[in-house]
Amino acid sequence: MSTSTTRAAFGTAGEDSLDLSREASRAVRRRSLRLLGELMGPVRGRLAATLAMVIVSQATRAAGPALIAFGIDRALPALAAGDPGVMWLAGGGYLAAALTTALLTAGYVTSTAALSQAMLLDLRVRVFRHTQRLSLDFHEHYTSGRIISRQTSDLEALRELLDTGVGALASGLMFMGFTAAAVFFLDWRSGLIMLAAAVPMAVLARWYQIRSQRAYRASRVVSARLIVHFVETMTGIRAVKAFRRERDNSAEYGRLADDFAAATLRSIQLHGVFQPGLALIGNVSVAAVLLAAGVRVLEGTLAVGVLLAVVLSTKRFFAPLEQMAMFYNSFQSAQAALEKVSGLLEEVPSVQPPRDPVPLPRARGAVAFASVAFSYGEGPEVLPEFSLAIPAGQTVALVGATGAGKSSLAKLVARFYDPSAGAVTLDGVDLRRLSTHDLRRAVVMVTQEAFLFSGSVADNIALGRAGASRADIEAAAKAVGAHEFISALTEGYDTDVTKRGGRVSAGQRQLISFARAVLADPAVLILDEATSSLDVPSERLVQAGLSRLLSRRAGNDGSRRTAVIIAHRLSSVEIADRVLVMEAGRVVEDGSPEELLARGGRFAALQAAWRDSLV
Amino acid sequence: MPQRAPAHATSGPAPQTPFFRSISRLGPAVRPILPRLVAGLAAGLATSALALAIPQVLRAVIDQLVANGTQPSAVWGAAGVVLLLGVLEAGMMVLRRLFVIEPSVRLERQMRVAMYGHLQDLPVAFHDRWGSGQLLSRSVADLGFLRRWLAFGAIFLVVSVSTVAIGAVLLFTLSWQLALIFLAAALPIMVYGAVFRRNFSLATRRSQDLAGDLATTVEESVHGIRVLKAFGRGREALESFAEQADRLRETEVAKARHQAVFSLVVTLLPELALGVGLVTGIWLTATGQLSIGSLAAFFATAAAVAQPVESSGMLVGMALTAKTAVDRHFEVMDAADTITDPADPEHPAATRGALTFRDVVFGYARRAGDGADGGAARPGGDAAPAAVLAGVTLEVRPGETMALVGATGSGKSTLLQLAPRLYDVEAGSVEIDGVDVRRLPLAELRRLVAVAFEDTTLFSSSVRDNVLLGAAVREGPEAEALLAEALDIAQAQFAYSLPAGLDTRIGEEGLSLSGGQRQRIALARAIAARPAVLVLDDPLSALDVATEERVTARLREALTETTALVVAHRPSTVALADRVALLAGGVIEDVGTHAELLARSAHYRWVIASLPEGPRNLDTEPGDLEEAR
Ligand SMILES: Nc1ncnc2c1ncn2[C@@H]1O[C@H](COP(=O)(O)OP(=O)(O)OP(=O)(O)O)[C@@H](O)[C@H]1O
Ligand SMILES: Nc1ncnc2c1ncn2[C@@H]1O[C@H](COP(=O)(O)OP(=O)(O)OP(=O)(O)O)[C@@H](O)[C@H]1O
Ligand SMILES: [Mg+2]
Ligand SMILES: [Mg+2]
Repeated sequence: MSTSTTRAAFGTAGEDSLDLSREASRAVRRRSLRLLGELMGPVRGRLAATLAMVIVSQATRAAGPALIAFGIDRALPALAAGDPGVMWLAGGGYLAAALTTALLTAGYVTSTAALSQAMLLDLRVRVFRHTQRLSLDFHEHYTSGRIISRQTSDLEALRELLDTGVGALASGLMFMGFTAAAVFFLDWRSGLIMLAAAVPMAVLARWYQIRSQRAYRASRVVSARLIVHFVETMTGIRAVKAFRRERDNSAEYGRLADDFAAATLRSIQLHGVFQPGLALIGNVSVAAVLLAAGVRVLEGTLAVGVLLAVVLSTKRFFAPLEQMAMFYNSFQSAQAALEKVSGLLEEVPSVQPPRDPVPLPRARGAVAFASVAFSYGEGPEVLPEFSLAIPAGQTVALVGATGAGKSSLAKLVARFYDPSAGAVTLDGVDLRRLSTHDLRRAVVMVTQEAFLFSGSVADNIALGRAGASRADIEAAAKAVGAHEFISALTEGYDTDVTKRGGRVSAGQRQLISFARAVLADPAVLILDEATSSLDVPSERLVQAGLSRLLSRRAGNDGSRRTAVIIAHRLSSVEIADRVLVMEAGRVVEDGSPEELLARGGRFAALQAAWRDSLV
Repeated sequence: MPQRAPAHATSGPAPQTPFFRSISRLGPAVRPILPRLVAGLAAGLATSALALAIPQVLRAVIDQLVANGTQPSAVWGAAGVVLLLGVLEAGMMVLRRLFVIEPSVRLERQMRVAMYGHLQDLPVAFHDRWGSGQLLSRSVADLGFLRRWLAFGAIFLVVSVSTVAIGAVLLFTLSWQLALIFLAAALPIMVYGAVFRRNFSLATRRSQDLAGDLATTVEESVHGIRVLKAFGRGREALESFAEQADRLRETEVAKARHQAVFSLVVTLLPELALGVGLVTGIWLTATGQLSIGSLAAFFATAAAVAQPVESSGMLVGMALTAKTAVDRHFEVMDAADTITDPADPEHPAATRGALTFRDVVFGYARRAGDGADGGAARPGGDAAPAAVLAGVTLEVRPGETMALVGATGSGKSTLLQLAPRLYDVEAGSVEIDGVDVRRLPLAELRRLVAVAFEDTTLFSSSVRDNVLLGAAVREGPEAEALLAEALDIAQAQFAYSLPAGLDTRIGEEGLSLSGGQRQRIALARAIAARPAVLVLDDPLSALDVATEERVTARLREALTETTALVVAHRPSTVALADRVALLAGGVIEDVGTHAELLARSAHYRWVIASLPEGPRNLDTEPGDLEEAR
């Protein structure tokens, strides 16, 4: 198998293409079937039990009419002869069979749902876990809308297969098997004619498979696009309104909805050829069996009774085809969906947890960059090679023009990305050798974007540390001066901040994010513009809180915390021991604030400009 | 991730509307395609009639074949009849699909687009409350289900009911005694049907709501992934998601259980009746009250009736789910669009761009019908939260740049959003050139007023598309010039050196740009809209001093013609402004130049002056931090 074609379809690459090369198509198919197999693994027992229930219920169902025939043929004469026993036997047998059928049917309906829901839960959680594991560079281009579409409409396709498919397939196959055996038993020649129908059916099925695969693939691609557009519109609704995008958006969404409708229609129409096609082949076969058998009745080589039985059985043989067609249809649909889901699951996080982590239960907080260079993916180099050591307990201010690479440098410390070359170390250990748990406990970053989840204020702060008590939370809020405004909210700490923290103001969001970091109590604290939206008094409060926070370390030997503070407002720099000035990805000045001021370089100029800008 | 109570699923059972009332709301949308649905129904009925008839016809044809003796032509004739019937059956299947599928897919599309349009029109207050996953599930999954129901479920429900009804009549003609036994089973089914309907409706509603909330959680977990990673909270997020997904699983399984029990009752009771019927029938026949032929025919018919009865559990379940989908759809569609075009709009002749706030009173979530209908109960019960703006009066003169200064959470952003009517005032008015903004057509108002939000809200498309989002022209040399100018004023020249220049896709929400770069693109976007009134919410917060200075200088030049209201937290941003308004306690406390306010307002000095006047009293005790850990 050529590597280029498989690479083209590896993971989410080529997710939008409909025409995959033969190998790629096979690889993708194999990967989605493997996923389906993996999902079925843990529920094997239940699956077997469900199938057993289906099979037994089919048998008891078939027993019903037989018992009625028995009643009419035997019980009636017996009763006439004065023996009601056979009648009771027939009636009781019928009741027993009906009861078993009904109970088993109810049993397998519930069991199928339990089965399918267990598999869906498994897959949902897998996808969720995997998306959380995937690195930021992946999320930057994949978009949340696609993940949502994987998690919703793709899973829906699988669910349909599981819910309707299993029972239909098993009972259909069973039924057809028994009927075919009966026909062969009665007259093997008719049986052969009946089986000959398998040839055109196989051709039709193959045709359908190829067409519908493409159609369902298209429908997955288009539905993802539709969902991405929908989600992005709803998330950015303010900008949509403010910039009057409604009409253009509606046109665009209308187009997407048209595409989606067309793709849906296409797949249904294929099914609309497939299913009646199967029915037609079945019906023609019945006629053929009738003809062939009829001729032999004419020749006197076949009994009339056998003719009747064979023709009726043949007819019955094809009856479950409709269900089988439906099963195949939902299988194709689920297959297309699983292609996408398994592709997402195949993505490898670029930032990987180590196999054999070096334990670091108590980090001191010494950070070092050893010949580190960094670029985002294949993009231009953002940080050319540099080395830098930040001793434990130092408060470092990182300043410089926007786009200079401050956040990028900080994100390397938090291991949001791995450096393209060199290594970032904490207490001498390469970050790539630290377990996620140790790393996240030691290093916490307050990102430039203050993101709140919907949920209460307390929940949002508690995100900083698992299992924090209400008192801890309030203390953290007090430390950054957020307690006052939080208490003033309608329900205090229990107020729901709603979607993305929309219920509170931008500055309030920053305060809550800050409180989160205080609660986390890390050895290395990174603040990326954490006070940019605050008013001066709040910023000052935060500053004071921060310097207290940095000067002491809980339950420790009194050593200080390491801090990296990125700020454009140089007021934040006042508490720094050391200042790094960045320009175009390089650290161009490095020293204590006093030194740098005395040296009269860039920092001195910045400081002067900053002073000037003040009142 | 915070443990989130799914707002919809826990807000208690939604009021149950009767089935037909809900479904009838589809009336206007369905009416145009009703003839085709009916035709499809006819084809469906024909298909199942054929399916029922074919075995009988086969029997008759063969009987005749046998009776007519051994004529080769008779064999060919019989096979011909059977073939014809078979082709007819397949043809009817095709016909049903031809009639039904296309219009129902079109209907689905139409409802989906209508919902999207409505959602775009609904006020921001509505979107504050509704997670996009919840909306998405209504727009995609629910409508898809509804389509399938219309094209399949509804038709087969009618077909099944008709089959059962016809079968029942036939049964009576065959033997009234046996038919009565059979029908006696129907009574408990009806009673149980009501129970089933209630239980299943509740479960399906709950599961659809849960599915929506789950989508919302997925969305949040991706948008908030930086926070989850920064704090290593992946595991907790996963746990809480798994818990939520498990609730959905449980609900789905419970739903299936309800359905299974219903199917059980529905199949078992008639079967029991048949068992009793069998004994009775044999006795009746033995005593000569019934012919053997009728007895056999009775059971053959009863068997034909049993099959649709059996599938009724699924079909009724589908119908109830479809009903819930309709309910959920109309919950969104019924949400009142409170911010609409005026009935008789004014079209001001020339715009000078005077922006006036007159006694503006505003508070969040204080009015019923702010889009709050739809499950999410307002937190805090009836007590209306206090007003954020309690009588703001402010006049921004044409061409003037006014800075708006106030403490964190004082209501600056709130005030700004009233200008383009993202929210409507509660009392008082916002006027542009003396015209109440509520009297202007929305599109025109929003052409006049452009905003740069404090959260940049960029879209995952090219820099070009983002900047020209609100521009009058979006293509051609004119647009290019506009783009270049806007980027230049916002000091966003970096955009040219991005990997693909201005065509670089900037990632979801612009997150592949630096904070300052994002902010400048958002600023350029507002500038490129060429508004009469420019509203900038803390537009320079992520810029370094030097860049800020350059942006300020270019903005001052560019803004000579444009009225601007700029939220400022720093003196350096205030430097943009001709005058400064100080917002405090929900009112404009003072207006004047920076120097004037510095001189006369203690509050202003407190809010904006960075130079320490001595250590301020800090509300936090040193001990707090110890507790915090
Ligand atoms: N996720 C990303 N993918 C690709 N390029 C990126 C990404 N994030 C940042 N960049 C680019 O890297 C460069 C440095 O960005 P960075 O965010 O580190 O700047 P910064 O110094 O923090 O600026 P600011 O003060 O504006 O926040 C910029 O040119 C930016 O466009
Ligand atoms: N959607 C909302 N629902 C309810 N309350 C809100 C909402 N948005 C803001 N608030 C509250 O209204 C008040 C004013 O918020 P606003 O965002 O206008 O403040 P701001 O002056 O812009 O503050 P900042 O400087 O932090 O941006 C705050 O107390 C906030 O908690
Ligand atoms: Mg940055
Ligand atoms: Mg604000």
